[in-house]
Amino acid sequence: MPLVAPAPQAPVQLLSPTGVRRSRPTGEREYPDVEEYAALVADVGAEQLRARYRDMALVRRFDVEATALQRQGELALWASCTGQEAAQVGAGHGLAGQDHVFPTYREHGLAWVRGVDPLQVLQLYRGSSHGGWDPSDHAFHLYTLVIGAQLPHATGYAMGVQRDGLVGTGDRGRDTAVMACFGDGASSQGEVNEALSWAAVFSAPVVFFCQNNGWAISAPTARQSAAPLHQRATGFGMPGVQVDGNDVLAVEAVVRAAGDRARSGAGPVLVEAVTYRMNAHTTSDDAGRYRTREEEDSWRAKDPLARVEAHLRATDGADDAFFDAVRGESDELGARVRRGVREMTDPAPTSMFDHAYAAEHPLVASERAWLETWLATEPEEAR
Amino acid sequence: MSATTTRPTAPTPDQTASPTGAAATPAGASGASGASGTATLTLAKAITAALHDAMAADEKVLLMGEDIGRLGGVFRVTDGLQATFGEDRVVDTPLAEATILGAAIGLALRGYRPVCEIQFDGFVYPAFSQIVSQLAKMPARLAGAGQLPVVVRIPYGGGIGAVEHHSESPEAYFAHTAGLRVISPATPQDAYWMLRQSLTQPDPVIVMEPKRRYWDKGAVDTSAAALAAAPGLHSARVARPVSDARVSEGGAVTVVAYGPTVRVALDAALAAAEEGVELEVVDLRSLSPLDVGVVEASARRTGRVVVVHEAPVFLGMGAEVAARVTESCFHSLEAPVLRVGGFSVPYPAARIEEHYLPDAERLLDAVDRVLA
Ligand SMILES: Cc1ncc(C[n+]2csc(CCOP(=O)(O)OP(=O)(O)O)c2C)c(N)n1
Repeated sequence: MPLVAPAPQAPVQLLSPTGVRRSRPTGEREYPDVEEYAALVADVGAEQLRARYRDMALVRRFDVEATALQRQGELALWASCTGQEAAQVGAGHGLAGQDHVFPTYREHGLAWVRGVDPLQVLQLYRGSSHGGWDPSDHAFHLYTLVIGAQLPHATGYAMGVQRDGLVGTGDRGRDTAVMACFGDGASSQGEVNEALSWAAVFSAPVVFFCQNNGWAISAPTARQSAAPLHQRATGFGMPGVQVDGNDVLAVEAVVRAAGDRARSGAGPVLVEAVTYRMNAHTTSDDAGRYRTREEEDSWRAKDPLARVEAHLRATDGADDAFFDAVRGESDELGARVRRGVREMTDPAPTSMFDHAYAAEHPLVASERAWLETWLATEPEEAR
Repeated sequence: MSATTTRPTAPTPDQTASPTGAAATPAGASGASGASGTATLTLAKAITAALHDAMAADEKVLLMGEDIGRLGGVFRVTDGLQATFGEDRVVDTPLAEATILGAAIGLALRGYRPVCEIQFDGFVYPAFSQIVSQLAKMPARLAGAGQLPVVVRIPYGGGIGAVEHHSESPEAYFAHTAGLRVISPATPQDAYWMLRQSLTQPDPVIVMEPKRRYWDKGAVDTSAAALAAAPGLHSARVARPVSDARVSEGGAVTVVAYGPTVRVALDAALAAAEEGVELEVVDLRSLSPLDVGVVEASARRTGRVVVVHEAPVFLGMGAEVAARVTESCFHSLEAPVLRVGGFSVPYPAARIEEHYLPDAERLLDAVDRVLA
């Protein structure tokens, strides 16, 4: 018998690119569980969709502003999330308040939904902090720049949650899941695969959330994996789901389902949100060297905001006044971010010693003393 | 004593798109076709030329790394090489440092000469186990039954205003590991021949590339004659000599530097000269093995030594240099050997990195102290 790979299924989609909301299968390649996912977000009506739209629009505006600030020399670097708003806002709303998120460095939409102030996010990219926020404030952990390093952290955190008895109690307000974010490029790292293996072995309550945005800098997804990423889940011993990452509703539904499973104690899930990084990898990158305008245009037609707007307009869920108001709010956010970044003061030079160790460390103490003296005596014109 | 301290102004990687213009073929390419000569190149382009010429000379040389193909690497060091040599010899790898190194070991066992590009200093650690446990030790285990001529290129050091993990100086980890050669060229000319030599000798070589010097320009002679006349890979050089006459007048100090701090030492030397102090600058070039002979000769003449590097002073290269000089030149020394370098903290956020990086000012302060 010839060996054949399983046929790929269409990703879960509840809101088509033209804004048509689905609740049951319509075609042959339709994802079989569409009815179940639709039922999971039956409570997301016009009002909630307006809120999702508002979140996505504000996140996009924040992203545009940050890109401009980098161009103006106010930020050292910026990793844009334009195009990935639905994946992130959908995921954010799919989680329960007590869940924890371990992000990578592009999760500005998730940070927003979690209540992290955009200016806190910008500190890292300005080069004035290596962190920027207290993870416990929003159950949103620090950004991670080393690819994939956060997946073992998320897995260990989830094992801690499990030990603390916060899994499978049936109390929806207490049972806790941990979301680990990563990219398609990250899927190649050993640590990522080790974390998937661990989480499955220990039934840790982790939602592995892969935003497959098509590229890892200049390498396409095909250079990272010869198999569709969600299919890897099977080999690790967990379910894998592919979802249309530009469909905020579908992502929310799939993450709700994955979170429910994790919180119930049934173990991890791998969610692959298929989306697209509309801009270059970062402001230091030149996407023109490796991808085509046609590819970018084809994704522009699947814009995550446009389909929610089309749906809301077609169903009388929102009118011009609503979209004007969101635009006004975006402008205010843009101005606040611009002002906030310009007003940011540099940290004190000696702050580099502050938290290198939590307890007294004589070497660090003497180096700090040396720098303090040095700064106090250095000739004025040399600084 | 003072030197002008300025905020770092080196271009960030996005400005690397075409540091020497849009030339797809590096000037050094001529070296391969036989019509060789001298060109003015940036340090980055000198490495491009070395890679190009080494690939042209030996079909077993192949490059592996993230984004090194069509993009030409984030610093554009491999720019144009995939177009010239094809995807099989300039391999865009999956995002997996451990296997970039592990696969390089396998390829080397099969007779290839892989050159691995690590994107930034802070991303070498996923490959650390392969480098220190396998690459470094396997040749000894093979006991002559095989060699591992793998070259690992790591852009390192700070001063480009980058975010976390993009400014580190991990050279001591590698220099501390027996079985590895560790080099750090400071000029375009050195970058060229040191890389060419790395690609013809039999041992693993870790090439620490001073990224904030990538855009520094210099004359590069890519001719076969120049290559043949180059010193051995392990040799230090006196980057700025001080004459015997000046030494006997007193006020001469040896400054030992490498990679990114050679420029710092030369800048300090100019400032010091204005105040009547002569700095003899020794550029180590090779961190393992260490060319102690050149350092000792200079130390014996001047009697005063300061070592400068970006890595934390604690257990850094400077500690080794200071110990060696003290052991062998104790009776020639007028003052203890001093070290100037980074602090024992994680490399700080870019907005305050200038206070972490040893600059000419801090170096001159140490010079004052060995003269006091
Ligand atoms: C261990 C490691 N190697 C290399 C890098 C450099 N780098 C930063 S982002 C990136 C691509 C990441 O792609 P992906 O995981 O798909 O995430 P995306 O940026 O597309 O969201 C690379 C190679 C890094 N940060 N960490």
